[in-house]
Amino acid sequence: MTTEPIVSVRDLRKNYGSVTALDGVSFDIERGETFALLGPNGAGKSTTIEILEGYRDRSGGEALVLGTDPSRGGLAWKARLGIVLQSSGESGAVTVREQLSHFASFYPNPRSVDETIAAVGLEAKAKTLIRNLSGGQRRRVDVALGVIGRPELLFLDEPTTGFDPEARHQFWDLVRSLKSDGTTILLTTHYLDEAAQLSDRAGVIAGGTLIDIGAIDEIGGAEARTPVVRWFEGAAREERTTEPGAFVASLQARLGTEVPGLEVIRPSLEDVYLGLVSHEVSASLDLVSTSSTTGSAS
Amino acid sequence: MSNTLALGSKRIGYEVRQYFRQGDTVFFTFLFPLVMLTIFSTAFSETSFGLDEDGNDVTAAAFYLPAMLAAGVLLSGLQNMAVDIAVEKSDGTLKRLGGSPLPVFSYFMGKIGQVFVTGLAQAAAILLLAATVFQVPLPDEPGQWLTFAWVFTLGVVTSAILGIALSAIPRSGKSATAVIIPITLVLQFISGVYLSFTQLPEWLQNIASVFPLKWMAQGMRAVFLPENFEVLERGESWDLPGVALVTLLWLVVGLIASRLTFRWIRKDS
Repeated sequence: MTTEPIVSVRDLRKNYGSVTALDGVSFDIERGETFALLGPNGAGKSTTIEILEGYRDRSGGEALVLGTDPSRGGLAWKARLGIVLQSSGESGAVTVREQLSHFASFYPNPRSVDETIAAVGLEAKAKTLIRNLSGGQRRRVDVALGVIGRPELLFLDEPTTGFDPEARHQFWDLVRSLKSDGTTILLTTHYLDEAAQLSDRAGVIAGGTLIDIGAIDEIGGAEARTPVVRWFEGAAREERTTEPGAFVASLQARLGTEVPGLEVIRPSLEDVYLGLVSHEVSASLDLVSTSSTTGSAS
Repeated sequence: MSNTLALGSKRIGYEVRQYFRQGDTVFFTFLFPLVMLTIFSTAFSETSFGLDEDGNDVTAAAFYLPAMLAAGVLLSGLQNMAVDIAVEKSDGTLKRLGGSPLPVFSYFMGKIGQVFVTGLAQAAAILLLAATVFQVPLPDEPGQWLTFAWVFTLGVVTSAILGIALSAIPRSGKSATAVIIPITLVLQFISGVYLSFTQLPEWLQNIASVFPLKWMAQGMRAVFLPENFEVLERGESWDLPGVALVTLLWLVVGLIASRLTFRWIRKDS
């Protein structure tokens, strides 16, 4: 069975005046997939996601979201999306339950309000005015509002900023359950462990271009994922090797004792990402310095 | 379309509920004309504002009642809408709604419904205060109340639509009250709300006559002041057709301006 991708982006471009925020980005997101868009501030992540949400017009290239050009998406198209924006500062003079029931009424086939409140862990706050919630709790309301319409495609723009570790883990469980329901998710985040936990694939964007894209456990290439063995031998030593077991065995044989300070480290997504981005930054300093002057273009 | 209307009526309930939960709007919009009526009626309690047909003194409360009703229409409509929508634009409310399948029409139905409901409650409160505390005699002819009904309805809808149009002016939610309140305050002073209209200089009367508040206040005076006060008006007439015409004209201007300026979000700002 062949299916159209849920999101299809070809050579996407965006200029703000003379500043280029996006310079030819292409990727697809398949049905049911969780795709993470990673990159430093001002790299073009939010510009990309806001073009796909229909909030911004592109300057060039092609974009299709659920088969529709997002700059022309109508109400029926919006009913199939869930959007969790980066920040919200609404006056919040309604309770959590009032807000969710109200938004649920916009959609043809919404989720149950009580189940959604439970899924974001706000049962105890259901009758509290939103303005009286903490920042992290308000963020959970944002997430609940994003999923209340049972979206086919969910945009999560830095969803867990301001969460404590426990809330973040609860949120991850929520995202996994949405994913197992078949929801396609486009996620941006600054937390690389979050991307590693949740996503199937990731794209790394820097200076307005996509510098790498691939499965979450392959991105950056095999080279960047070569394990590192660290130990102490007069001074701190380290060796990158694709065969850490054999290396440690030979090390132990050579030293004839337990290896002091032994560590075998597989580079995390964060290490791989930092390697990718720092490489890109040094390769295209000019581009980064132009795009960093446009705070609003981030 | 039926869904749009159903959502619109849901929005009215949602908006009204939010309105009364916000202390500052309740005070500066809802209670303000009541407070002003109390101040004027108390401060000038010894002053006669003229005699009615039967030779009874017209009290300060009776004199200011129509003015405060007109001010209430302006505050509940124009000031409330312009500030409310400007704040919603900058705090992300509109961005969230713009990403949801809520029709724009339903959103405006909710806003205008909110203005209508709160404006009506406000007018009722003003009338109740005037009739009970300050003993103002209210008209007993149905015709007068019919005039009140159309002047109020037309006024409140026009005022709300103009507020929607003006909400495009403030650049941020924080500056909204600073931009909008001076406009409504100046209008109130030159339109015969706080100062007797015909005592203003001719040129100022001419300026005020361009704007709808002068006409709404005049329409309210036609309902609530004694008949013999009509000669004190410009042209010695309540000029109700003029009230209808100018207010309708502003309604059309407001509709066009709102249509041209309203966006869920400022794209690419």
